[in-house]
Amino acid sequence: MGARRSLFHNTWHLGIKEFHSLLGDWTMLFLIVFMFTVSIYADARARPESLHRASIAVVDEDRSQLSARIVAALQPPQFITPELIALAAIDKGMDAGRHTFVLDIPPDFQRDVLAGRAPTLQLNVDATRQSQAQTGTGYIQYIVDDEIRAFVQRYRGPAPQPVQIVERALFNPNLSQGWFAGVTAIINNITMLGILLTGAALIREREHGTIEHLLVMPVTPLEIMLSKVWSMGVVVLLASSFSLQVVVKGLLGAVVPGSPVLFGLGTLLYLFAAASIGIYMGTLARNMPQFGLMSILLLLPLQILSGALTPRESMPELVRWLMSLTPTTHYVSLAQGVLFRDAGIDVVWPQFLMVAAIGGAFFALSHHRLRHTIGTMQG
Amino acid sequence: MSARADLPSAAAPVVRLAGVVHRYGDTRAADDVTLDIPAGRMIGLIGPDGVGKSTLLGLIAGARRIQQGRVEVLGGDMAGARHRSAVCPRIAYMPQGLGKNLYPTLSVVENIDFFGRLFGQSRAERTRRIAELLRSTGLAGFEERPANKLSGGMKQKLGLCCALIHDPDLLILDEPTTGVDPLSRRQFWELIARMRARHPGMSVLVATAYMEEAEQYDWLVAIDSGRVLATGTPAELRARGAGATLEDAFLALLPAERRAGHQRLAIPPLTAGEVVIEASRLQMRFGDFIAVDDVNLQVRRGEIFGFLGSNGCGKSTTMKMLTGLLSPSRGEARLLGEVLDAHNIDTRRRVGYMSQSFSLYGELSVRRNLALHARLFDLPPAEGEERIAALAARFGLAAVMDALPDALPLGIRQRLQLAVAVLHRPDVLILDEPTSGVDPVARDQFWALIIDLSRRDGVTIFITTHFMNEAQRCDRISLMHAGKILASDTPAALAAARGTDSLEEAFVGYLAEASGIELAPPAAAARPQSDAQSQAGAAATEAARAPSASISPSIARFSLARLLSFSAREATELRRDPFRLTLALLGSIVLMLVMGYGISTDVENLRYAVLDLDRSAASQSYTLRIAGSRYFSEQAPLQSHADIDRRMRAGELAMALEIPPGFGRDLARGAVPQIGVWLDGAMPMRAEVARGYVLGLHAQTLAEGVAEATGSRPAALADVAVRYRYNPEMRSIVAMVPAVIPMLLVFIPAMLTALGVVREKELGSILNVYTTPVTKLEFLLGKQLPYIGLSLINFSLLFVLAITLFGVPFKGSFATLCAGALLYVIATTGLGLLMSTVTDSQVAAMAGTSIGTLLPAIQFSGMLDPVSSLEGLAAVVGQAYPTTHFLTISRGTFAKALDFGDLGASFLPLLLAIPVLTLAAALLLKKQAR
Repeated sequence: MGARRSLFHNTWHLGIKEFHSLLGDWTMLFLIVFMFTVSIYADARARPESLHRASIAVVDEDRSQLSARIVAALQPPQFITPELIALAAIDKGMDAGRHTFVLDIPPDFQRDVLAGRAPTLQLNVDATRQSQAQTGTGYIQYIVDDEIRAFVQRYRGPAPQPVQIVERALFNPNLSQGWFAGVTAIINNITMLGILLTGAALIREREHGTIEHLLVMPVTPLEIMLSKVWSMGVVVLLASSFSLQVVVKGLLGAVVPGSPVLFGLGTLLYLFAAASIGIYMGTLARNMPQFGLMSILLLLPLQILSGALTPRESMPELVRWLMSLTPTTHYVSLAQGVLFRDAGIDVVWPQFLMVAAIGGAFFALSHHRLRHTIGTMQG
Repeated sequence: MSARADLPSAAAPVVRLAGVVHRYGDTRAADDVTLDIPAGRMIGLIGPDGVGKSTLLGLIAGARRIQQGRVEVLGGDMAGARHRSAVCPRIAYMPQGLGKNLYPTLSVVENIDFFGRLFGQSRAERTRRIAELLRSTGLAGFEERPANKLSGGMKQKLGLCCALIHDPDLLILDEPTTGVDPLSRRQFWELIARMRARHPGMSVLVATAYMEEAEQYDWLVAIDSGRVLATGTPAELRARGAGATLEDAFLALLPAERRAGHQRLAIPPLTAGEVVIEASRLQMRFGDFIAVDDVNLQVRRGEIFGFLGSNGCGKSTTMKMLTGLLSPSRGEARLLGEVLDAHNIDTRRRVGYMSQSFSLYGELSVRRNLALHARLFDLPPAEGEERIAALAARFGLAAVMDALPDALPLGIRQRLQLAVAVLHRPDVLILDEPTSGVDPVARDQFWALIIDLSRRDGVTIFITTHFMNEAQRCDRISLMHAGKILASDTPAALAAARGTDSLEEAFVGYLAEASGIELAPPAAAARPQSDAQSQAGAAATEAARAPSASISPSIARFSLARLLSFSAREATELRRDPFRLTLALLGSIVLMLVMGYGISTDVENLRYAVLDLDRSAASQSYTLRIAGSRYFSEQAPLQSHADIDRRMRAGELAMALEIPPGFGRDLARGAVPQIGVWLDGAMPMRAEVARGYVLGLHAQTLAEGVAEATGSRPAALADVAVRYRYNPEMRSIVAMVPAVIPMLLVFIPAMLTALGVVREKELGSILNVYTTPVTKLEFLLGKQLPYIGLSLINFSLLFVLAITLFGVPFKGSFATLCAGALLYVIATTGLGLLMSTVTDSQVAAMAGTSIGTLLPAIQFSGMLDPVSSLEGLAAVVGQAYPTTHFLTISRGTFAKALDFGDLGASFLPLLLAIPVLTLAAALLLKKQAR
């Protein structure tokens, strides 16, 4: 019993010490505050809602009322006011990357349209600029169609269709990129700080020689680890909950229906896993720069391939399998489920289980390594 | 030869300081120092650590920028860059710290050779000099050993070799023998004496905290708190301070308030208690390395037991094994008859420990540090508070309880550490070099506490020290060397056994015997030659020196050889650093894979399911259209609306289709039935793409349905034919991979280059740039060159990966891409150089480089949105940033089949960026420390 009391006792007091250390470290505090406020807000706001200032050029070989009307419809903010170029200049302009789109309106276009000959416009798209190419093409087709129909029929209205399709986006009715980006940024920051804070706390102790000091105290490696995990976990949990409530829901106005408590529990579990990874890296690296280099190679894959940025379905099988071994993948799916889809524990329990299992495995691994390396950690 | 012509005559001082003031924040490291230092002598700067000795030496060596006052060295003003670069080949500077100016992963020979190259010596000359230096320092036989694997004494000898390779006129040594065993110390001074005999004009300026050593110098400067207390020969100083030893004299010279509370230590005799610790045949192995071997000891209660030896000889390990903090590989240690077990936490409650460096929490106040330890040692709160109050009073900490330890003087910090170590009333106390760097007054105060603990409280104390007068105070001492105890006894008995009159002589004797070295008689060895002696030697040495006259005194302003020597050294160091090398070579491949697959806008295999409430032929033919698309992958059909809800919520489906009851009937009647599509908006991008696909399929289905029904396509007003150029299949990878290459070639090269320079700042070897003839441009370009090479290797790896694994077709001119890549990596490594000049630590350099490269490269350079779509600051940065232009070249050659002629406009900005970045870095880099 004595040992157990001392485990809680020491873990508690060492954890409190971590808070005091953090409070004295203004750079780190600034970083945490910055990452969970300004950075998330900026990230969410920076995402273009749709097409923005796409560069387009028009070769107007018709010079009719209709062609002028089409050119006039391609306007900011979606497009930069179209540049009128000659037919021969198409290749050069696109090669140099000056135009993403070049619309070629053939001679006698208006006459052919009015005569019902269904003439063909050519739209050249620079497909190396893929995201703009994808959204812009549909947009231009729609605008051109619309203008021609309005010109011909002298009225605007939908063409009659035999079947109507009614689409609704669940969980995010306007498909707002900002909401998604805000939550993704929180998830990424949780991953980053969860790993960095604990790992850096361990390295800092080693660099300052305080780990050597702890070694001679009646304190076990398990207590050292647990104290860092719980204290840094609480810091990140508080910061991320604040960010979710105030920045994402408040400032960005995202509708996040899910239960903050369930999300918090999941985050806590995930932080346990992330902190264990951080400690494991802290035992591998000999100093802060090495730790930094390792984190770069680990954090980028974790953030990019975990499904937080792009859907996992379109990744190769091997990548998906490898990433399913990381806690981040399961946490991302947990967080999206809980936050956007209001999923309850009955739905996301497999993810909870996976995060816990992977976290437990990393914790055991780091504990094993810490016990074996702590003796050689001096200086 | 002109520089040697104005060699000051023996009478002129070699260094003249007038009104020198140097501040670090509020502390004055030099406080109005005015001083003439005579030439051709062995000069000692004496005083404890942190009183400003190193600052003065740094100023004299030209390594620090002069803040106020005048510093003249070798007949010129050191404030002038011209004079500095003219005299730096005549000055050698060995900074404080074991091997501080060495490159740890380089071998002994490589280190010396590097310095030789910096001074423009030919290969033959270097070979001759290195051989000579190695022979005379006893480093011969260790040529290939890396510097970080040398013992402290050997490191210092190597440092000296590096300093002496260019035959300086002024040799500046900053605490060269701290942490070095007495034998190596003796050898070190012998070496200096020989060098002085060979080069009689040479002035040697040494800072030291060892008063015993200073007794041997020609002329001394006693310094305290940035002020000169006294100057003169050792005998003069002793006379002025009226002390028998220099240390006593120094204490007497201190101002009264600094001496306050100092009294002569009286050590009460030890009343022999019972045996507390008994060790037999202790051995400690770390892998193949035997750190400590065969230790047998008995220690009694209240005994003060000292360990003497060089750094790394196993003293700390031995103490830890004796007290049960470390489990021995063999043998056992008993505390009061009980075998000590390092895994038993209770053992630690009996031991107090204090390490050499401050190992408490600097960010917690004194009170909090004490309180934390009281809690960890499970003292009940009431008792803990009482104990803390008592210790604060006894150790003189009461006034600083709420201060942060980092803000306190070293002496007080060490008392705090001692208070923490005895907080839980341990039976045994381990003190690992507790007084190193502490001034003599504070040291004696500290010893008074130790003696009190031993004699009054009966605490058994293990202590290590480098100071012989402290060793003298121990009840017994063990002399250690290379993991073995050479001898163990009372100080008096040890000296008697060797037949010497001092402990130091005895130790040197034991060490020499253990390492099989013949010793020169101490007096002749340690004392520098008298004038007569050096006169006699001069003729002989002049002949030996003759070839060295070939060093050109007028050092070239820009030397390719010096530049290349930096490159060669950097490349060697990089090769031996697994972490940076991994990042350099594996990093870009890993990140390319991650981004190639991760930053993809392709959406395939979208999971969807159908809720068909109609189950008619019409509804089935409609759903079959979607099932046939490669973008969608159909899941088990939905049963009800609740089912839609549940499976969408679980994230199982990206899309659900609902076909209403009576769909077929309504369609036939022309009643316009409505098909419901539910999209998972949790991932907006995926939902947008899915919507696009499904609307497209819907329109197609209808058109074909109408065509089937009426036999003709509906009349369209006009048709838009879309030509996807350069990437007709709209494959994400074709678009992304050529964009990822420029990104990786900015991120990793800039990071590595910045780290390469900042590492030198952090580890201290940047001093070699300050004090050797190397120019800023040579240094920067020399450092940059290996990283340009490395980045080009990276580029070829990435290119091969792109066309093989990712299968991206390459259509344009390969030569154009290569030329672009070369210019681009020169620019990006230049960016790293620029980063390195504004940051001081590796961590800051990493953070700065990440911010300075990732954001502009990803967001502003046209990787996702073309630069033309940007506004404001982003657009300005985007236009100027090198990535933008290489991205155009990369995409142009990969996808658009372009060559030089088409892409000329993108080369120009890159060509401009290179000199701008490099020059900015050179201007911002400081050639002196503050």
